Amino acid sequence: MSDVVIEARELSKRYGNVLALDSVSLDVKKGEVLGFLGPNGAGKTTTMKILTCFTAPSSGNAKVNGYDIVDDSLAVRASIGYLPESTALYTDMQVIEYLRFVAELRGLSGEDSRKRIKKVVEETGLGDVFAKDIRTLSKGYKQRVGLAQALVHEPPILILDEPMSGLDPNQSVEIRDLIKDIGRERTVILSTHNLAEVQAACDRVLIIAKGKIVADDTPSGLRERAGKSRYVVSVLSQGIDKAATAIDMFSKVPGASRVRQLEADDAKEFSFELFPQGNEDLRPEVFKAAVAANYTLVGLRREGQNLEQIFRDLTIVETSTSGAKKDADKSSDNTTAAA
Amino acid sequence: MQRTLTIAKRELLAYFNSPAAYIVICLFLLLMGWFFWQPFFLVNRASVRSMFDLMSVLLLPTAPAITMGLIAEEKRTGTIELLLTMPVRDMDVIVGKYLGALGLFVVLLVCTLPYPISVATLGDLDWGPVWAGYFGLLLEGGAMLAIGVLASSWTDNQLIGFFLASAACFMFWIIDRFLPLLPQSVASILEWLSFDYHFRNLARGVIDARHVFYFLSVIGVSLALAFRSLESRRWS
Repeated sequence: MSDVVIEARELSKRYGNVLALDSVSLDVKKGEVLGFLGPNGAGKTTTMKILTCFTAPSSGNAKVNGYDIVDDSLAVRASIGYLPESTALYTDMQVIEYLRFVAELRGLSGEDSRKRIKKVVEETGLGDVFAKDIRTLSKGYKQRVGLAQALVHEPPILILDEPMSGLDPNQSVEIRDLIKDIGRERTVILSTHNLAEVQAACDRVLIIAKGKIVADDTPSGLRERAGKSRYVVSVLSQGIDKAATAIDMFSKVPGASRVRQLEADDAKEFSFELFPQGNEDLRPEVFKAAVAANYTLVGLRREGQNLEQIFRDLTIVETSTSGAKKDADKSSDNTTAAA
Repeated sequence: MQRTLTIAKRELLAYFNSPAAYIVICLFLLLMGWFFWQPFFLVNRASVRSMFDLMSVLLLPTAPAITMGLIAEEKRTGTIELLLTMPVRDMDVIVGKYLGALGLFVVLLVCTLPYPISVATLGDLDWGPVWAGYFGLLLEGGAMLAIGVLASSWTDNQLIGFFLASAACFMFWIIDRFLPLLPQSVASILEWLSFDYHFRNLARGVIDARHVFYFLSVIGVSLALAFRSLESRRWS
């Protein structure tokens, strides 16, 4: 177990009457990039604030890099580079002044400090702006300064709270690539709303809702867990006495487990949803079965479950508006195309 | 210790990176010049006694203005989160910020040196009481700044920090004006709590350990309470 660098046991945090975090336990291995997902107010930020020693848990304990977060708080903080959600920096300082200040607080001095600052300025692409006041920088550059300050002491662990939020798509991709680079030799926990980013950047995903961890898996494992792909089949209704006949017929397709009727786009059609037993592609079998039964096949497509749907299934308790649901369906079509 | 100084240095730099330091110093010197020189030639004596009394009054709005943002502003903007997740103790943060404010105050005091110097050119100035006055002012100002740090740690609104600190400093300053109205036993306690009583004694050249101890305890207690207030975030 020596390669576990973050070890949290039953962390709970209560703010007044609100239980923000409810016995959360987690292990993060050395070198892992962990994506922390959850709706606003789910407890992501609270967990990060506890791990970075900004606040203490109401109960439970955690060890970071082998140090206890309460008893050895200074050692914990020394092993972490942290980028808080707000990325609030001292805007009256120049980038270089700010990095020198952070390096000094981190206990670096002299030649050592100069070398490290030079290295992070290169790593984060701040070369053009290092003599500028932070207040004059764009949001993307401020985020880079935030990352640079988190990296200056070469911490083994990075905790990044929504590092990509509020950035335009280009900046967001730049920061994501930067984090990927940085994450090669470090343990990273990053929280985000953007599921595509988790899919792209993380080895493991942790989904948290209402203060509890509801899923802990790899992106692909999660997808498998929440259900495999499904097939949507449409046939002309002409020549079929009733939908049940067709359902009966499609259930006999080898490899199919369950068939359900869907609302058809067109009155002249029947639409069905087919769930497979295994991973093999059912489309040839569905096609053959339709031909054998003399049905006119007008549509056949395979849909993959993406993280977004899984996320919604796991975290949404009340059903949201149907508009949002349609959006989710649409994006699932896109992933199919990409896959 | 090194980290405390790093924070102090940053605070002092921040004052001079923004108009804050210049405004505070200019306003202080302007008001002082107006009230000091006006009666100076009427009295026609080469003394700076009135200057120290005046500065002690001017400290009432000045010290809270220096400290009001120290912690409150960091809470409002969220920079406090990064600062407190660095490997620094909460006490380093409090003391560092306090020393930064004290640094600006020392700069302010140095800026007032031309007054006794010009008085000395006009007549025969006794420098002993001048240094005693500055010493007293440093302690009184130091106490007010510590109260200001405490007030700033209680809120995330600079203005509230300013008014809380001003009110508290004013209380400590005015207490001994009520003494004639009170019974002897209460009066002696209140007198001992008064800033002005200790300051007047120090400024008269009575460098008594009790007066020094008084101001140092106000500083100590205020900073300890500010530390508590900062630390309370962990448990709230």
